[in-house]
Amino acid sequence: MSSSQLLDQLTDSQVKAKASRAAFGEFLQEFGAKNPRIVALDADLSKSTQTQHFAKKFPDRFFNMGIAEANMIGVAAGLARADFIPFAASFGCFLTGRFDQIRMSVSFTNANVRLIGTHAGVGIGEDGHSQMALEDLALMRVLPHMTVLQPADEADTKRLLEWSLSHKGPCYFRLTRQNLKAVKWSTESQKVKVGHWDFLHTEPNSIMLVNSGGLLESCIKVADQLRSEGHKVSIVNASWISPVAHENFSKIAELKPQLIVSVEDHYTVGGLASVIAENLIEKHAYFPLCKVGVRDFGASGSPQDNLKVYGLDPEGIYQQIKKCYKK
Amino acid sequence: MTFTWPAGSPTSSPVRLALRQAILESIFLAESGHPGGSLSLVEILTAIFDGNFLQSPSDQQNPERDRLVLSKGHGVPALYALYSQLGYFEAKELRGLRKSGHFLQGHPDHLRYPLMEASTGSLGQGVSVALGLALGLRVKFEKGELKRLPKVYCILGDGESQEGQVWECLMSCGKFLPGNLIFILDANEGQIDGPVKEVMDLEPLADKLKAFRLDVSEINGQDVKTIQDKLKSIEIKAHAPAQFIIARTLKGQGVKSMERVIDWHGKAPNKEELKRSLDEIYGENNRPNGSLLEGANS
Repeated sequence: MSSSQLLDQLTDSQVKAKASRAAFGEFLQEFGAKNPRIVALDADLSKSTQTQHFAKKFPDRFFNMGIAEANMIGVAAGLARADFIPFAASFGCFLTGRFDQIRMSVSFTNANVRLIGTHAGVGIGEDGHSQMALEDLALMRVLPHMTVLQPADEADTKRLLEWSLSHKGPCYFRLTRQNLKAVKWSTESQKVKVGHWDFLHTEPNSIMLVNSGGLLESCIKVADQLRSEGHKVSIVNASWISPVAHENFSKIAELKPQLIVSVEDHYTVGGLASVIAENLIEKHAYFPLCKVGVRDFGASGSPQDNLKVYGLDPEGIYQQIKKCYKK
Repeated sequence: MTFTWPAGSPTSSPVRLALRQAILESIFLAESGHPGGSLSLVEILTAIFDGNFLQSPSDQQNPERDRLVLSKGHGVPALYALYSQLGYFEAKELRGLRKSGHFLQGHPDHLRYPLMEASTGSLGQGVSVALGLALGLRVKFEKGELKRLPKVYCILGDGESQEGQVWECLMSCGKFLPGNLIFILDANEGQIDGPVKEVMDLEPLADKLKAFRLDVSEINGQDVKTIQDKLKSIEIKAHAPAQFIIARTLKGQGVKSMERVIDWHGKAPNKEELKRSLDEIYGENNRPNGSLLEGANS
């Protein structure tokens, strides 16, 4: 990947890269001190999900439920019924694997529960498929009442979590194990607007990369490469998976992209790619869509190797775009 | 004559007979429902609400009120009937059971009827919600936000107890010691596919529950006085083993032709079966409280 114009423009190397799970751990500790309604639950993964800091500081508001996620989700719903704001954390795959408990005890009652699913995607690396959330967005997105969020960096994670404190209803946060490069967010992007995506860089008739989650830096690198080859590019960040504002799609339609590229460390079915396709079609806006994501079960490997194997590193994303792109 | 509730406390015999009638007539009008597992709840529910439950129709959202989670959601016609008898809504609403747009859903639905503390019907889940409620109320009580520690009752079924989540929840009760949580098992011995002991035996149940560090008692769930006395004897402490009462009941309890008949788990009686059942409850053609069918649009 050659020039790094957009990368310098849109990301901040002065700020230390941080995993969104770590940002969550810090948030929970900070806001736990301010808001006595916040309680946290974990299923024996508090060191990984980062609820451990809250647990140490507020032991009377922390419930380690053991390795029993179904019960944890129901107990969280009961705590919400008693007017608390429960943050129930585990790996995303184990949480959303208890789909019926989320469906009935959480979303159907509009319980004010925050489900925190960490360890998203093949990017977690060596642990392999069993620990990877790859279908969690698809599962959570179909549920009425459920807000589904996938932040792109530390600041994004913290502001969306803070927003959730003022929201009444269940939320699912999909967070990463690996560090995420800090984004230079515009003043506009720093204000949370429900369902709104961040149009970080736009050009009409461009190749438009839309990221959700931990692959934004890679998207920007790919955009720089495409630009160096004379292509026009746009970069959109989609932290909101549900609900999504219709303005996102009007704006995309206005920009008339030559190609839309959805980029996510999730199955290409049911996640970001589906959100884009469903909403644009509903607006009678038809553009070619290149779906970059996971198409098979995950496997062991270093995070870097995994992203490479599954075509989610800059080179992999670039090659898939080249395949999809028709002049 | 349209249906009217007889005078008397919930546990009085005339009221319990009328509850059975309301259960059967509302299920008849709905043309579907679960009479067997609703009838087995009558004595348990009336024993709770007769002097062992702080809540009133005029102050339904009192934060210090006691809570009831009906984890065996299919038994909800019994709870609806009782709420109506207690004055929460008019008896004629029972005709709306399972009807489109009505708040009396086929299984408890918190958003359509907020007194249903949990939306249940997918078995095994209400127990966890009840535990969360009990723990949350205890935190509030211990921080001085509540002057009184509310009780949380959770009624579950024996068939339901085959769900793994029930045992996850009971295991965690052994750790958290929610002394304000009272489980009552409606052990009516039946489930859709047959007797519990044939489909998936739970015994020795009391031994299993004791091993989970619960305060276990086993009582005759057909005798309302026994249940009432048991509930009265419970001393609520913030930190103590959760109560677990195995109430030995009968599916179809109180209606002779339905008792122990598995087939009455999940089907509505037809006109003839309804008449026979009501004759068994009151004596032939004797209908002291009128009928929900009078004035119904069916």
